Amino acid sequence: MGHSIRQAFHSGKFVTGFVIFGLILLVVFVYPLFVPAPPLEIIGQGTFFEPGVYVNVYDSIGAKQYTLNLEGAAEKRIASKLSDEDRTAIKEWLVAAGVAEGEIDPTNTEQLLEKWFSMFDPAKKIAGMTNAKRNYYIRLNSSIQGLLATEGAVLATKDPATGALQEAGSVPQTSFVNVAQVPNVRILPLGTDNFGRDVLTELVAAARVSLMIGLIAGFIATFIGVTLGLISGFIGGMVDDSVMFVTNLFTVIPSFVLLILISFSIGQEKRGAFTVAVVIGFTGWVWTARAVRSQVISLRNRDHVNLSRLSGHSLFSIILRDILPYIASYVMMAFVLQISIGILAEAGLSILGLGPRTTEVPTLGLMMNWAMIYQAHILGKWWAFFPVILVIALITFSINLMNTGLDQVFNPTLRE
Amino acid sequence: MANVVLEVKDLTTKYITRYKEDVYAVDHVSLKVEEGKSLGIAGESGCGKSTLALSLMGYYFPPLYYTSGEIIIDGLNISGMPADEVRRTILGKEIAYIPQAAMNALNPTRRIINFIEDVVKAHHPDTSKQEIYDLARERFALLGLPEDVLQKYPVELSGGMKQRTVIAISVILGPKILIADEPSSALDVTSQKMVIKMLRDLMDGGHIKAMIFITHELPLLYNVTDQIMVMYAGQLVELAGAHEAVFDPLHPYSKGLMGSIIVPEEGLRSAKLTAIPGTPPNLKNPPSGCRFAERCKYVRPECKAISVPLQESYGDRAYRCIIPEAELRGIYANERE
Amino acid sequence: MNENKPICLSAKGVTKIFGVGQHKMRAVDNVNMDLYVGEVVSIVGESGSGKTTLAKILLGLTKETEGEIYFLGQKRDLRGGKRKKEYWKNIQAIFQDPFSSFNTFNKIDSVLLDCIKLRGDGGLPKEKKIELMKEACGFVNLKFEELTNKYPFELSGGQQQRLMIARIFLLKPKILVADEPTSMIDACSRATILDYLMQLRNEVGMTVIFITHDIGLAYYVSDTVYIMEHGKIVESGSADRVILHPQEAYTRRLISDVPKIHEPWDLSTV
Repeated sequence: MGHSIRQAFHSGKFVTGFVIFGLILLVVFVYPLFVPAPPLEIIGQGTFFEPGVYVNVYDSIGAKQYTLNLEGAAEKRIASKLSDEDRTAIKEWLVAAGVAEGEIDPTNTEQLLEKWFSMFDPAKKIAGMTNAKRNYYIRLNSSIQGLLATEGAVLATKDPATGALQEAGSVPQTSFVNVAQVPNVRILPLGTDNFGRDVLTELVAAARVSLMIGLIAGFIATFIGVTLGLISGFIGGMVDDSVMFVTNLFTVIPSFVLLILISFSIGQEKRGAFTVAVVIGFTGWVWTARAVRSQVISLRNRDHVNLSRLSGHSLFSIILRDILPYIASYVMMAFVLQISIGILAEAGLSILGLGPRTTEVPTLGLMMNWAMIYQAHILGKWWAFFPVILVIALITFSINLMNTGLDQVFNPTLRE
Repeated sequence: MANVVLEVKDLTTKYITRYKEDVYAVDHVSLKVEEGKSLGIAGESGCGKSTLALSLMGYYFPPLYYTSGEIIIDGLNISGMPADEVRRTILGKEIAYIPQAAMNALNPTRRIINFIEDVVKAHHPDTSKQEIYDLARERFALLGLPEDVLQKYPVELSGGMKQRTVIAISVILGPKILIADEPSSALDVTSQKMVIKMLRDLMDGGHIKAMIFITHELPLLYNVTDQIMVMYAGQLVELAGAHEAVFDPLHPYSKGLMGSIIVPEEGLRSAKLTAIPGTPPNLKNPPSGCRFAERCKYVRPECKAISVPLQESYGDRAYRCIIPEAELRGIYANERE
Repeated sequence: MNENKPICLSAKGVTKIFGVGQHKMRAVDNVNMDLYVGEVVSIVGESGSGKTTLAKILLGLTKETEGEIYFLGQKRDLRGGKRKKEYWKNIQAIFQDPFSSFNTFNKIDSVLLDCIKLRGDGGLPKEKKIELMKEACGFVNLKFEELTNKYPFELSGGQQQRLMIARIFLLKPKILVADEPTSMIDACSRATILDYLMQLRNEVGMTVIFITHDIGLAYYVSDTVYIMEHGKIVESGSADRVILHPQEAYTRRLISDVPKIHEPWDLSTV
């Protein structure tokens, strides 16, 4: 056995899969040590905050201010403020004023503003333009001029007695704070979800729960499958016939349909992550049982089994000592594959709203479900679902890679 | 002197294992096969006889590598020829090879005639289907195979018939040499006899000029070949005419091998079979002296020290032992008494 | 034949049918045989003749469809694990392929310890057990000290087959079924294996049933030969009688198809 394990690490596929899976496990267990907050804590008011670094504005005002004279600061400011609609509006005006359309690039802020300042005249009448539109252009012009102004923003305090505003200071445009000196900064690498929860924290917790579900489901499915396969394959006769009858029944009913029906009948309230895992396990053993049975049938007439019988070993001992070790590598592979099937089954169930109930723990499937209900995919809020898809893909990909690698080690005909 | 069809000079080939170790499975082997003659190769499993068969074709693919030596087929030196060229110009045309499991290599979804079409078209692309069919029918008739086999699928044929069909297909392009590696070991005795008869017919009818026959079954080798070559641990240890090799072996290993022959003949029950204790050396790290020394009854101190060259005896005879021929015969004669 | 010796094992109308309906196949068809104490019997047949199935039936590893088997005059009854265990103390086997005969996950000691347990000496002190195992290994010229903590697959085919014989040495059964014990072994080691087997037979006085396709080997080792074809015994008798003066066409063909070295081998008769 030790030899086979060493052999497995000679297989490039297995090593790649093992490294990816190991990294996922590492993140899943190490991340909570650094971010101990509960994964489903709602921190944001509002939905789908973009990924980024969030700096507390109040603290920034109070923090020590530094003056940095940076070139182009004003342009950047305007560039970030000028919305796409404004840019197109400017372009439209310029075109109407006689500039060739090809010369105007709405994404080039500097060039756009240069043309605007040189051409714009509020008094100029353009054919077909409504008054409202003309006023819009005048407003737009003054707001751009305002952004270009060099005075800073005025901070005012309110007199508690009179309610009168009193200037308390001003923030010049060249003023900066050091983020390290701002006490409240939150990095949200993957933004927040529809409930305002940190997607990354939630994702890590979800990956852990999903792996647990996969592990439990995989263990149950493999255990049932191997037990039934061993019994029916080795004993044969009536026992084999009846086990195979049940197995064949399960084969013709698509297991996912069965899974949906059972999950539905359990009811939303009783469906915890563990229950879902057990249900997945109980519907996924069929192919393992069939595969193990055929392996056992090919083994049971082998001479070492005959020798063991002649040596007076009991049926139980023969199954345990002379059959099981020979299919152990196969069972291992089946187990590994069952884990990834379990994870995918949970994801599938949860997307349909039949996953674990939603208040306790996140799972990868539930995150997909939430993102879907709140239309993240339509709104283009990619951070709410794309990382989840990536994690599911990485987990199953790494597991399948390990499985193929093991297959090559245990099955000499597949070796290169 | 008769025309030499195949000459091999000092051929050495090696396997490179997964752990990058060199295993010299064929170690400086020289042999010569004349026109109309057949050579048998005998030896225990792992002695390199099958590797020699593969090496003789000059067609090497990992983990087997050519190291040194020459292979000359009818005057054409093929050593060092690229594998692709060997496959195009030598295999099937000059040398045909039949491995033990040849009959199981036929794709079960195709008819026998399709395999023949493949073989012929690979070398003569312009041949029409009718020409191929006529050629196949003629050949099959010559070799005593029924014509309807051509239209059958491999599964419809018995093991012996399948093996004979494979042999017929492999000689369809008229190769000069046929190399048969245990062609009948997986068959029952009756089919085995039919396969052997066919091989003999091929030789007698002049369809092939020479044959190399490899098996661990000595009675079979004795009945099929003119000369027998005994291999041990990658080396040639004895070469002699078939009768001499079986009844008058010189090398202690061949002596042991021939003493273990079992045939259903009168007198067998009173004979004592010879046993050679021990196992062959590991070829990853062969002993420096005589490779058989560890197991040899007649071992002398110098055996383990010096590498023993092949001793030429009279005629085409050779053996690899430091004990002179006369002395060996003396030892054997004493033992009989 | 040794009619004056007592009968050890006899088969009466033993039949084994595989499959059902149209695919029914009589692998063993109405076989009758009487095996005498201490004789060496060969059952010779080509592949598919049913000789291995017959051997498994005699061993009690496969259940016969029809017929009875008598062991030492008593009708054999294998219902229940206890009766089976008792029977297997008396009948043991050596299989064809040494590399698949041993459980590759168990060490060599456990193979021999199993035998000591089966013969009822499981309660012996450890030193006594080791002594027994040493003796058994010594019989087949294996060094027990070198075998402990090794796995069977680390031995060569010949050594494994000798270990098999060491097993039989420990168990000293009344009957040994040897199913092609030398067919996977090189010619040089074959003589060694046969020597040990015959030596053991002489010491223990057991009946040996050789299952083989090699008619020469059958002639070499056995007193009595049974020729099997398509599940039926077509000819039986003393080895000299059957091999040197065969009566049945099938036997004659079988013998003529084997290559000889002293007599010419007639290739024209195929």
